[in-house]
Amino acid sequence: MRANRLGAALAVALTATLASCGSSEPAQSPEAAQSPTAAAQGPVKLTFWTWAPNMDKIVDVWNKAHPDIQVTVSKQAGGDDAAAKYLTASKAGNPPDLVQAEYQHLPSFVAADAVADLKAETASIKGEFSEGLWGLVTLGTEGVYGIPQDSGPMMLYYRKDLFDKYGIAVPKTWQEYADAARTVRKKDSKVYLGTFSSKDPGAFAGLAQQAGAQWWSISGESWKVNIADEPTKKVADYWGGLVKEGAIDDMPFFTPEWNKALNDGKLLSWPSAVWAPGVLATNAPKAKDKWAIAPMPQWNAGENFTGFWGGSSVAVSSKTPNKAAAAQFATWLNTDPAAVDLLVKEAAIYPATTKAQSALGEAPEYFSNQPDFWQQASAASAGARGFTFGPNVGVTYNTFKDAFDKALQNKTPFSDAIQSMQDATVADMRKSGFTIAS
Amino acid sequence: MAATTVAASHRRARVATRRPLGLVPTAVLLVGAIYCLFPVFWVMIAATKSPGELFSTATLAFGTGFADNVAQLFAYRDGVFWLWALNTLIYAGGGALLSTAVSAISGYALAKYRFPGRNVIFNVLIGGILVPSVVLAIPQYLLFAKIGLADTYWAVLLPQILHPYSIYLARIYAAAAIPDSLLEAGRIDGAGDWTLMSRVAMPLMVPGMVTIFLFQFVAIWNNFLLPFIMLGDDNKFPLTVGLFTLLQAGSNQPSLYNLILTGAFLSIVPLIALFLTMQRYWRTDLSSGAVK
Repeated sequence: MRANRLGAALAVALTATLASCGSSEPAQSPEAAQSPTAAAQGPVKLTFWTWAPNMDKIVDVWNKAHPDIQVTVSKQAGGDDAAAKYLTASKAGNPPDLVQAEYQHLPSFVAADAVADLKAETASIKGEFSEGLWGLVTLGTEGVYGIPQDSGPMMLYYRKDLFDKYGIAVPKTWQEYADAARTVRKKDSKVYLGTFSSKDPGAFAGLAQQAGAQWWSISGESWKVNIADEPTKKVADYWGGLVKEGAIDDMPFFTPEWNKALNDGKLLSWPSAVWAPGVLATNAPKAKDKWAIAPMPQWNAGENFTGFWGGSSVAVSSKTPNKAAAAQFATWLNTDPAAVDLLVKEAAIYPATTKAQSALGEAPEYFSNQPDFWQQASAASAGARGFTFGPNVGVTYNTFKDAFDKALQNKTPFSDAIQSMQDATVADMRKSGFTIAS
Repeated sequence: MAATTVAASHRRARVATRRPLGLVPTAVLLVGAIYCLFPVFWVMIAATKSPGELFSTATLAFGTGFADNVAQLFAYRDGVFWLWALNTLIYAGGGALLSTAVSAISGYALAKYRFPGRNVIFNVLIGGILVPSVVLAIPQYLLFAKIGLADTYWAVLLPQILHPYSIYLARIYAAAAIPDSLLEAGRIDGAGDWTLMSRVAMPLMVPGMVTIFLFQFVAIWNNFLLPFIMLGDDNKFPLTVGLFTLLQAGSNQPSLYNLILTGAFLSIVPLIALFLTMQRYWRTDLSSGAVK
């Protein structure tokens, strides 16, 4: 501890001297950034943290058209670490003005007061998005904490050629999916219809959403946590049963062995999100044109529900001195037809606005044998329902990985793992000082 | 001279008597070497595979896409790889040089001067070795943000300059390599403290300094967490953080595994080169230690 403090003191002393020697990087002092007179002189300068590919090219278009609001893109790594980094930066007082935020991380930003409420700025664009998506940026409250950028409605991806070979019909319900899984095992003991991943809580959350789960909700000042609700338990027990009887595999997604199984045709289906073609194209290049899509299997025949896996919004930092300009840019980026078109072409995202979703034409190259790819996606999107994410999704997701790993290893019921997620989440929220309604 | 030969022959005699057991340590070391080098070897092989071959060919079979991978990597975002490489060089080279200078001078002072507080400072440094730098990264970030230095080159350079373990090493080395009598002789001849340090002490400490430089260079070259937290501007990223942005590029587009692997492979080439060229200084270090 002593050393720690000494090191810190030395670092301060050193930086003070070196800073006066003149560092080449102009250190942005908070006073200068916040004073309105400084902002009035010259163009407003905004920084934008994002991981979407080619965002700099899209922003160039904006910068040319708006000399008074200049945006600088700083390409970051995505994922949970990106959220942690933004929260730390916000806490330290030098966050970027705009940040790409995955839907599941947005609540933690709101809880930390790191993002601004854009209710007034977004009143006119609310109608551009489906209700399910809009709910992900309002968290079911009066506020609006981001502008949806892309979305990940889930569909069933399957190997058309191998379905034909084994004589399986595309399953319309989860019951049919389970039967098909057993049939496949009977016909070829090296092949599985699918796999349950204990490393991808996002995918599981999507499956739970499809079944109608509501893991969190806010009423007034207090949170309600309901991870161990009936729909979630139903989903968990369904997959747990299939894994236990050996009807499906239990290897995680995105691992080398998973890639290999996809390449070799040992895995016949993958319930995944609309962004899956990108993954399949990299990880299973040999299977191009052999995959097809179908709506997700349903819990009750005749329904048309699905969940979201992934997707992100653009949020404005609560600390930015240029909130209006930042909101203006975020609105342009995600609703202006030209900008959304660029997002689709350059950043390869599935756009969030309803209009842009239905305007998508040519299928992804990997799915060139499925000309109605985007129509199917649009239909899935219409039936997608999300839920409000809580302020500590990180804890919930990590518990998911631990608990499901253990459940797979010890062959214990999956619903127990769900209960541990519920308990860990509630305990962590209590510790952080949230009021929890029981 | 006579002493050395005697010592050497002693050693040879001891080695001779131990020979039957000699196989065991060799085997252990071999296993250790394979354990450490196999991942490097794997990266080398994987870097030669085209995206199509990466997950479908045998793990240890060379691929055919190395040239394509390199070309793609250099073309990625208009050659940002080179910028990251340059940044890494600045952080690792600059940081290691500054750190070596600070460590050598402090180590020399701690070893050869008696002054009040000497033991306290040294004990604090020893304590500092026990604190992993990972733990300090976030406090350091908050601190740097407060003084307006976060997201600058200094934010990555400064925290790595004071490195307790290097100072400890320098002190031990100075105590062993610089005879007190030499310093006394110099003092009698009228040399001041500055001359003593720069003309007498430092030349004797060169092998130790090389060791510290190499340690620090490698540590900073491979450091991920500190630059990851400190830097927001992707033009200041080092290779580690830059390649990470390729890995976690969001799920809606293909991950660039082949570029990441090629980038990782290319980024360790300079380290290997550095070790091979600096090796002979290290050998001097060991032999001079043995003479003592």
